[in-house]
Amino acid sequence: MKPFALTFLFILTSCYQNKSLSDAPKETENLEFIVSKKEMKKIEGGSYLGFIGKDSTRIVEVKSFYIDDSPITNAEFLDFLRENPQWTKSKVTQLYADESYLHNWVSDYEIPKEAKPNSPVTNVSWFAAKAYAESVGKRLPTVEEWEFSALADEVSKDASEKPEFTAYILNAYQNKKAYNAEIKQEKPNFYGLYNMYGMVWEWTEDFNSVMISGESRNDSSTNENLFCAGASATTTDLKNYAAFMRYAMRGSLKANYTVNNLGFRCAKDL
Amino acid sequence: MQKIYKTEKMKTNLIILLTILINFVSCNPKESNTEMDSASIFQLNSDWETQDSKQIKLSELKGKTMVMAMIYTSCKTACPRLTAEMNQIEQELGDYDPEKVRFVLVSIDPEVDTPEKMSAYLKTNKFDGKQWMFLRSNDAGTREFANVLSVKYKEISPIDFSHSNILSVFSENGVLAYQKEGLNPDVSDIVNEINKLL
Repeated sequence: MKPFALTFLFILTSCYQNKSLSDAPKETENLEFIVSKKEMKKIEGGSYLGFIGKDSTRIVEVKSFYIDDSPITNAEFLDFLRENPQWTKSKVTQLYADESYLHNWVSDYEIPKEAKPNSPVTNVSWFAAKAYAESVGKRLPTVEEWEFSALADEVSKDASEKPEFTAYILNAYQNKKAYNAEIKQEKPNFYGLYNMYGMVWEWTEDFNSVMISGESRNDSSTNENLFCAGASATTTDLKNYAAFMRYAMRGSLKANYTVNNLGFRCAKDL
Repeated sequence: MQKIYKTEKMKTNLIILLTILINFVSCNPKESNTEMDSASIFQLNSDWETQDSKQIKLSELKGKTMVMAMIYTSCKTACPRLTAEMNQIEQELGDYDPEKVRFVLVSIDPEVDTPEKMSAYLKTNKFDGKQWMFLRSNDAGTREFANVLSVKYKEISPIDFSHSNILSVFSENGVLAYQKEGLNPDVSDIVNEINKLL
C-alpha cells in the first residue's frame, strides 16, 4: 500500500514541476543555491529617529536581524555566476539590468582588471543583488535596517550625535574609486560590520520607498502630481546631510540601474 | 523476515524507478516555440490574484495590450484621479476589441485590498467589462513589480501610502512601450501609443 501512495505523490510532484517549468521563464525559475561563507552579524532590534522628510519626526522601529559583515565581493559574485549563468553579462535579461551591467568585467567569468577578487562587486542591478541574496538563502536589508546598522561607530551603537562621526562619514564619501580596494581594510564598527561608509553605496530591498523628484527648487510644484502624498525631503540639520546623500542616491535609482560604485550586502531574519 | 523486507524494498525501488520513467514520457514539457522577449514582464514569476479570486501569473496576459496603474483602494487623494485617467483613456480609445486590451489596476496594499475590495472598487468606478482587472500579489511580488514599472511607494501609516503616479503601457509581448508620469488629464499621447500597438 505504502509504495503506491508514494508513487502517486511522485507523479504529482514531478508533473507539477514540469508544468511550472514550461510555463515560466528560465531566468527566475532556475536559480541555483550556492554556499556562502560570508560571516553575518546579529543586530539587536531598536529604534532611531528618522532622518529626512516626513520620517524626521518619526521613531523608526527595527526588529532584530542578521546582516553580512561586509559587501559582496567579486569572488563571491563569481561563485554565483558560475552556478547561475543566466546572470552573466552576456545572458542577463534586459528586464533585470541595463547595458552597463558588469560592463567592467573582462568576460562573463573574469572580474574587472582594475579590481581584486576581494573588492566589492559593483555594476549590479537591484534584481541581480536580490537574486544573489536568494541564492544564498538571504535577502537584501531594508533601508531602515541598513540605516540602523550604520548608526554605529567603532565603539558605540549610535554615534549619530558625535560631530566627528559625521565628519568621518562625509569625508569617506569623498573617496574616489574606493570600490577597487579590498574589503575589510578598515576597522569594523561596533557590530563588527566593515565598509559601511566610503567604499560603495549599497542596494536595499525597498530603495524604491524613497521618493525624491528632480531638483526641488525647480519642480516643487509638480511634486504633488508625481507622487501621491509626496513629502519634501528636507534635512533637519547638518548631521543628516550624510544621510540625505544616501537617500538622494536611493531616490535617483531604478531597479535595473547599474553603477560603478553601487554594490550590496545581504541580510536575514533571525 | 529479513528477506521479505528486502523484496519489499526492491519493489519500492522498482516502482519509483518506473514512476520516474513514466514521468519523463508523460510529463515532458511542451515545446514553447515563442521566444520570450528579454525585456518582457512575462518573465516575472510572481503569483497574482484577481478581483475574482483567480490565481494567475502575469504571462497569462500574453497577447493583450495592457495599460497599468499601481494604486490602492482606500486611497483618497491621487488614486481616484489616476483611475479617472484610465477611464478617460478607455473612452478615447473608442471602438476597440475588448479581447485585445486589458486595463489593469495593481494594488500596492495587498494586505488590505482583498478580492472583495478590488471587485467593489471596479464596480464603483463602473469598470465592468472583461477588459478591466484588479490584481494583487504578496509584498515581494508587489515590490518587484513596482520596480519593473519604476514606481516608488512607501507605507506612511497602515491606511496611507505615498506613491508615484505612473501609467504604463505594455505591448502584447509584455514589453514596456510607454509611460505617462504625473497626473495630467491630457491623455491624447498615451491613447496614440496604445493605438499604435493595437
